[in-house]
Amino acid sequence: MNDNVKILIVDDEMIVRESMQGWLEEDGYHVEVAETAEAALGMIGEKEFDMAFVDIKMPGIDGIELLKRLKDQYSTIDVVMMTAYASVNNAVEAMKIGAYDYLTKPFDPDYVSMMVRKIIARRQLEQENIHLKENIETALKHVHIIGESSAIKAILNQIEEVAPSDTSVLIAGESGTGKEMIARAIHYASPRRFEPLVVVSCGALPEGLVESELFGYERGAFTGAFYKKKGKFEAANGGTLFLDEIGELNPKMQVDLLRVLQEREITRIGSNKSITVDFRVLAASNRNLKGMVDEGKFREDLFYRINVFNIHVPTLRERMEDIPFLVEHFISTLRRQTGKQIEGITAQALNKLKQHGWPGNVRELQNAVERAFVTSKGKLITTEELAFLAPEKIPVTTSPSSSLAEIESMHIENVLKECDYNISMGAKVLGIDRTTLYNKMKKYGIEK
Amino acid sequence: MASKSEEKIILGPIAFPKGILKKHIFETLETIFKRSVYIASPKLDLHPFFDPARNQYQSTAILKHFIKTTPKGGSKICLLVEEDLFIPVLTFVFGEAHMHGQFAIVSSHRLKEQYYMREEDLELLEQRLLKEIVHELGHTFGLVHCIDNRCVMHNSYSIEDTDHKGSYPCEVCFAELDKVL
Repeated sequence: MNDNVKILIVDDEMIVRESMQGWLEEDGYHVEVAETAEAALGMIGEKEFDMAFVDIKMPGIDGIELLKRLKDQYSTIDVVMMTAYASVNNAVEAMKIGAYDYLTKPFDPDYVSMMVRKIIARRQLEQENIHLKENIETALKHVHIIGESSAIKAILNQIEEVAPSDTSVLIAGESGTGKEMIARAIHYASPRRFEPLVVVSCGALPEGLVESELFGYERGAFTGAFYKKKGKFEAANGGTLFLDEIGELNPKMQVDLLRVLQEREITRIGSNKSITVDFRVLAASNRNLKGMVDEGKFREDLFYRINVFNIHVPTLRERMEDIPFLVEHFISTLRRQTGKQIEGITAQALNKLKQHGWPGNVRELQNAVERAFVTSKGKLITTEELAFLAPEKIPVTTSPSSSLAEIESMHIENVLKECDYNISMGAKVLGIDRTTLYNKMKKYGIEK
Repeated sequence: MASKSEEKIILGPIAFPKGILKKHIFETLETIFKRSVYIASPKLDLHPFFDPARNQYQSTAILKHFIKTTPKGGSKICLLVEEDLFIPVLTFVFGEAHMHGQFAIVSSHRLKEQYYMREEDLELLEQRLLKEIVHELGHTFGLVHCIDNRCVMHNSYSIEDTDHKGSYPCEVCFAELDKVL
């Protein structure tokens, strides 16, 4: 992915050249090395390098002199100075001459990797339009958004439209529809794709640890804080923060989050120093956030901040024509991961999958295929391995004389049967919260 | 499952507890790399690679030693050590590999919960070790770092990165691997 980026390392110590070359090559960069400044000048005269890491202290022409010559003759190369001596004076001098930055050996791997990515991102910005198309293709290669339905094609168009900007996106859709996958596609198609994508499952954050998880802490901030730790906000710096299940955030966290989004600053627990953070926000919810705003359960100002661009992910029921493509993809992935040579699925088994209601959407389909894959003895998955799928629901017919309450009772019971009386899933299918569902079950005397 | 290549993957523990190398690690490596996996403990005194100023061992020098002293072959060898590793320009590494080469090295030092002042967790250590072995071996097969942070080839600069990623390559990296297997 980075092999068109050319880096030159200039250092008189062989072990430094070799280890740094090896390390940067693991990132996919094209890396060459020079033992002396003289050799480096010769190489730069013949080949266009994007950046050079130059040791300050070298025999012959030293690093500062090499930097001067590079800035004079080859000003497009970004130069990062390296020093083992923590000599601030030399480093300051280098920065004045035009070095991009300086590093004191040994480097923190995270820091130097981020610096390289920043230099590349800045250089690529100048050619952003050329890279845009490539970005989208990279994203779709890494995130398997499977399907040929018009619903999926519309989503791909939306991703293409919103990815290049820094716009906040709210991804709405039922549980299991693949909202995180859409978030990943947006991140990988954006200019921030080489920076971190940090996922925060708001519903899964333990109540007592929310603050330390999000904001991080300093060593000794509380009992058990033996090491300082970056929080999720800080970890997402430069990249994308994906807030999954944002509707589950409690009121205090909503306020804290809003403040971070507005001020773009955080303070670690146990510290009084503010840290500037720069990340793009993507959020997802399977709940009706607008409805929650109307009910006073979700802050309106936070809702409008995250809902700048809205993507609705369709249920699997709305795109049943994609089932064959999804099944083929799941089988192919499982074949790779297990080495089990299952080639596909019989037409009859596929029909059975197409007839199922899939209240748990793509995730449920994936689990069903995995279960069948594991138990299958032959080369194809058959209806026998899918016997665990609940028999098809008999269509609900209601008499014209039924009251609304009777129809509601019947519908709730039907959905619960389909969800095997899983209250959370039933509530999601019905579009109501669990408490409301419990109340209605009590009212209509519905029991498992 | 039958392995497709005559060439092997060799795990080379150097004063490293073999008990942690469970069947699951072997099976996963065989599935991903389609090669049989064996253990062979190389005899090596790590002392010459110790840097007292840093209290760490230099991984590049260890790899270079093996590259120089081992006859070239198609098998991939992943050395396993408990010592803390570094390369001269970096504060530490979980492991290092010779890109497209034969050798890789992984350290369990910073994969242990005790390093982070937490209680020992052998199951977690096994998971982390597997990920780092797959990662470094992936480099020996020419795989570079992947942008997908769930892919085993995603870079790890902290233990949180390692814990977040999975044990398998993503589809894109699997496809790259297929080209050389």
